[in-house]
Order: sequence, then structure tokens, then C-alpha cells
Amino acid sequence: MKLCGVEGQFERLPAPLPMWRASVDLKQWVGAAMAVKETGGRLLSVWGTDQRSRDGHFVISAAYAVQEGLVWLALPLGESETGFPDLSTVFPAASRMQRAMADLLGVHATGVSDTRPWLRHNAWPANYFPLHEGATGDEHFPEYPAEEYAFTQVEGDGVHEIPVGPVHAGIIEPGHFRFSVVGEKVLRLEERLGYTHKGVEKRFEQTPPLLGHRLAGRISGDSTVAYAWAYCMALESVVGVKTTESIQWVRALLLERERIANHLGDLGALGNDAGFAFGLSQFSLLKETWLRQNKKLFGHRFMMDCIVPGGADVSFSKASHDELLRQCDEVERDVHLLHSIYEEHGGLQDRFIGAGRVPPSLAAELGVCGLAGRASAQSYDLRADQPWLPYDQLDVQMVTHRNGDVAARAITRFEEIYESLRLIRKICEHLPQIMHQTKHEFAHLHGYGIGWVEGWRGDVLIALELYNGEIRRCHCHDPSWHNWPALEHAIIGNIVPDFPLINKSFNLSYSGHDL
Amino acid sequence: MWYVLKQIGRIGIRSEDPPEVDNTLRVEAEHIQSAILQIIGQALMIRQVDAGSCNGCELEIQALNNPCYNIEGLGIKFVASPRHADMLLVTGPVSRHMETALRRTYEAIPEPKLVVAIGDCGCNGGIFGESYASCGGVSNVLPVDVAVPGCPPEPIEILRGILTAVQRRPPDQSKRNRLMDGQFSPRYN
Ligand code: SF4
Repeated sequence: MKLCGVEGQFERLPAPLPMWRASVDLKQWVGAAMAVKETGGRLLSVWGTDQRSRDGHFVISAAYAVQEGLVWLALPLGESETGFPDLSTVFPAASRMQRAMADLLGVHATGVSDTRPWLRHNAWPANYFPLHEGATGDEHFPEYPAEEYAFTQVEGDGVHEIPVGPVHAGIIEPGHFRFSVVGEKVLRLEERLGYTHKGVEKRFEQTPPLLGHRLAGRISGDSTVAYAWAYCMALESVVGVKTTESIQWVRALLLERERIANHLGDLGALGNDAGFAFGLSQFSLLKETWLRQNKKLFGHRFMMDCIVPGGADVSFSKASHDELLRQCDEVERDVHLLHSIYEEHGGLQDRFIGAGRVPPSLAAELGVCGLAGRASAQSYDLRADQPWLPYDQLDVQMVTHRNGDVAARAITRFEEIYESLRLIRKICEHLPQIMHQTKHEFAHLHGYGIGWVEGWRGDVLIALELYNGEIRRCHCHDPSWHNWPALEHAIIGNIVPDFPLINKSFNLSYSGHDL
Repeated sequence: MWYVLKQIGRIGIRSEDPPEVDNTLRVEAEHIQSAILQIIGQALMIRQVDAGSCNGCELEIQALNNPCYNIEGLGIKFVASPRHADMLLVTGPVSRHMETALRRTYEAIPEPKLVVAIGDCGCNGGIFGESYASCGGVSNVLPVDVAVPGCPPEPIEILRGILTAVQRRPPDQSKRNRLMDGQFSPRYN
């Protein structure tokens, strides 16, 4: 079989989406990257595994999204080898992932110019690698003298730097931004992330596989449903468990409800950041009633731990269907009204239009994905591209725009809310009257699995390796990895006071990225 | 503009009553003298720091700013500078990478100050525990007055924790209800 230009032994993973895995050699590894790029595929993630005690070497993995589905290529390195061919020349998005891999696993892309640490600051020494087999993850090191992080300097008349963070003004996650400005105009932004790194991937190795969905659901709290689903999909595909159709309908319901909750919150915050507090109070109220409904129907405001291996831990009645539908009508009416208020508000549109532009060509080069990608004409939406059950019966209408500015990201959110509301109505027709909790046998916990879900922000990916009943490696990938670099470009030429607005229009995850 | 006003009128006032304090949340009894609490309690400025959370707790703290909870009506405000703050509200297991920034923020808050830890992670490290990258709960790094469990705790519980820290009683209910009987008729009431 030939995939990504590689003729190889591809193993089809028993997942609801078409996904394949194969071992490749160095030549195929390099050739595949080129072939994927040429055929318009995308790099999803790069990660590595320490298999020295089992096989005597490290294994580097890459996941590509191609027309046929997902392809997971595994490159075993030679004995005691710690270098592998750089992918960032073909896919710039690989750069930070490779730097993170060097920090956590001690395996480097060869020939790269940027060798600065990415996820390692000063909490552990440069010769400690948490993802090594020998590391327990519970080591404690005294604060290491901080190495000065070499930000790129911009020189010239009147150029000065504004450092911001890691603690930001407002109730948001921590990260550092270094602006180089002339007057108010931003010449360059450089991000420094990793502040919320809390050792999630190592933590997985200490977690029983059947409880991994709880940890996955806390990688990025705002995407808890997407992560829990991705984890369960990966686990189910390792074991070959096939969930019932009604479970899949329920999972899709939760995922769409999560999408709407986040879009409602963001639209309010976008209004607020453009000086329109009315938008925040209206949308935050809509979001609050939405979350309360979650609590009432599913027992948790963010639906944490509702998706479990082999099932969905929710109960249902006919009354819940009616309530779901009624709430869709109410929210739709209000969002339409607020939409027209936003559209007609001169001051708001003045701030939105043209701000923080990521043109389609740049978005394609950087591999911008998910919502931000779709606002820059990157027409990828897993629910439409590789519709798995139940999306194959829903005919998801992908929303795309070309302008790539704050306005485009706002309108994409509005339209995705409408589409998700439509989906929820259709899903309701298929929901089971009563939820039966089927007991699945998770017996043979050994092998590879992958979970891939279109979360509200973009592709959420979980690659899972189980070894004799234990998690050997669980790699978690957040769409923010691809989109953070786009923010650095989006701000160029804009003024500093527009940064909060532009940042919000992306609303990327720090925790999902820092792990 | 007309539509904006119409929508405001249609939605009406949706603020709800604040929760009772819960002294079982107190970690350090009588950390601050009650006389000082009376002063701090009237207008409370909070600096929030995410010290490594999964952002779930942040969503619920943000939700406190929505009209249902009306915290500004209670004299509570989130501020950007620690110099203006009376209280530090901390989420997350404290990541090793945020340890210094958290300490510095704490030091920048003028005395007397209160610390409230939010969420299971803030209480004891939660699901992330202690590791090479995580210090665990906030009390491993700073003296904590009140800790609010939950994953994430709901906004009303967070508010309860904040009010417990300042030992504030809910305002006189009869006065409040009169205020709410304005000319707007809330849609869902
Ligand atoms: S308590 Fe729960 S929601 Fe809060 S940071 Fe921890 S895992 Fe996230």
C-alpha cells in the first residue's frame, strides 16, 4: 500500500476514522514529508518515544493529515542515536514541537538553527529528560539558575521592547510576549511559552489506561470533551472496542455543545475588547444559561468526565430532548439578534475589520488549523473531511472565510454556532430515549491507538501506546501548537492596544500547548 | 442603538443572591484580625493568577463577571496590578515555571493580604499532583487563607470562598429585593 509517497507495510488502526501506521526508514521519512507537502497534506504533530529498554533505540513519530485520512509514521533511530532529520524546513510548524522534544526526550532534529529550549525553563537541569524511561517524573530539582532566553532583537531608530507576562492583566493563562515596537506600531512579537508545563505526558505514564480520559479531559479545560473523546477513541482503537451508535450520537452532542459554549464566550469577550461591554454581558449570560443546562442534563458545567472509555456517562429522558431543542431555539434567536447588532455597530466593525490579518497564503505555510485556519481560507474541518460516525450522517457544512482578520474569526464563530445548533437538532432525532451503559471488555491493553477529533479550536490528537496493560506513552497535541506562531505574524503592523483583541480572536490554549 | 436598548430591556436584571460564607473552607483560622477584615471587606480588589491550571478554573472565575453573579455590585473587582489588590486568587497546581512569578505577585500585594486557592489543583495539586514540573497545591508555595475544592468549583462556590475569606455576610435581603423590582421584568423569572 502506498501512502504519503511511501510504499510500506501500513497497518490500519481499528478506529472510526481512516488511520494508518507504518514504520519507515530515514529516506522514507524525508520523502514522506515532501510528498505530503506536495499533495496538500498537513503535518499534525511530531513526537518521540524512548524504547531503548525494549528495542534499544528511540522512535520518532509524525502524524500527517492526508486525503485518505491520518498517517502515523514511526522512524526508529539507530542504536544510541539521538538525531533525526528536521521536518521544519518542509513544515515550519514542526520547529517548536521538535524543540519541545529536545527538552523532554533529549532527541534533536539535526541541522536546525534554533536550538533554544522551548518547554524547559529553569525547573530542571538540561541533562534531565522527563520522558526517558529511567525518569520517574517525581524527581525534584532545586531551582536551576535561569538561562537568559535569547529573544530576537530588532534594531533601528526608536525601536524599543515591551515585555509582557508571564502574569497577564486579566483572568487568563500565563505566557510571555516580547513586543518590539516603534511608537505604537508592533514590528515584531516573540512568544515564550511553557509556563504552565506541569508534566502531563509523564503523568499519563503513571495513570491506569482506563482512567486516562480524566487526565486527558484536563489538558485544556475549555476542550475537555474533545480531549476525552480523542483519548477514548485512541484507547478503543488499541483494544478494538466498537462503541454503539447511540454512544457516538451522545458524544457528538457533547462536542457540539462545547463548541457553542466557547464560541459564545469568545464573541462576548471580542465585543468587550473592542469597547462594547454590552456584548460581553449579553453573550456571557447566554453562555451561563448554556452551562447551567449542561449541569442539569449532564451533571457538569463543562461536561468533564462525561465521555468515558467505551461509553458516555450521562443519563437521558424524553424531557431532556425537549429541553435541548427549546434551548437551541432560544439561543439561536438571541445570537441572531446580537449578530445583527455586531454587524451594524460601526465602532465595533472598525476595530474588527483588517485587524490581525493572516492572509490565506501565510496560513497555508504555517499550517494554521481549526477555526483560525478556516477564517483564513484553510478549509479543513475533520467533521466534513473525514466524517466519522455520527458526522457521516449529518452532512456538516464547513464555514470558511478568506479575510483572515478579527472580523473573519468573529463571523466564523457566529456561523459555526448556527451550524452546531442545526447539528444538535439533528442529533436530537437520533438520541437514545434511555442511555444504556454497555460494559465493554478492555482486555488486551497492548498496542497503538490514535484519537483525532475536531474540537472547537481545531484538531485535537492523542497518540497512545500501551504496553502490557500500562500507558507507555501518551502524546497529546493541541491545535494551538500550529496557531501560536500565526499570532506572532498577525500582530505585525498593528498597534499594541489592538493586541488583546487580536489575541482573543485566536483564543489559543496555553495549558494545552505547555502540557 | 435602539436594538441594544431593547435587548437590555428584554433581558432585564438577572443578578442572583450571593452565597453564604462557609467557614469549613478556611485553611488558616483568624489569619487576619477581624477589624482589618471589616475594612478590606467593603471593597475588595482581587488579583487573579493562573499558576499552571488547565484553564477550566479560569473559565469559572471569568463567569463570575457575568450578570448573574453581579460581583461588582458586591464591591468586588478584579484588578490588573497586584499593587491595587487585597486578595490573590490562585488556580492550578503551581507549575515550577510559575513558582517565581507567583511569589513575586504575592510580594507585590500590599499588606494585609489574603490568598484564596481555587480548585482541586489549587488545594493539593489535583490530578496533576507533585512532580518534576509541578509544586502541587498553592499552600506549598504561599500561605493560603481559604481553599475552594472542585474541578472546577462552580462560580457560586468560588464566590463563597472569596466571601468566606473576608468573612462577609450577604447583604440585607429585603433591601436587595426591593432594588431588583425595577421596571424590567426578567424573562426567566
Ligand atoms: S481543578 Fe480541575 S478545572 Fe481547575 S485547574 Fe485543576 S483540573 Fe483544571
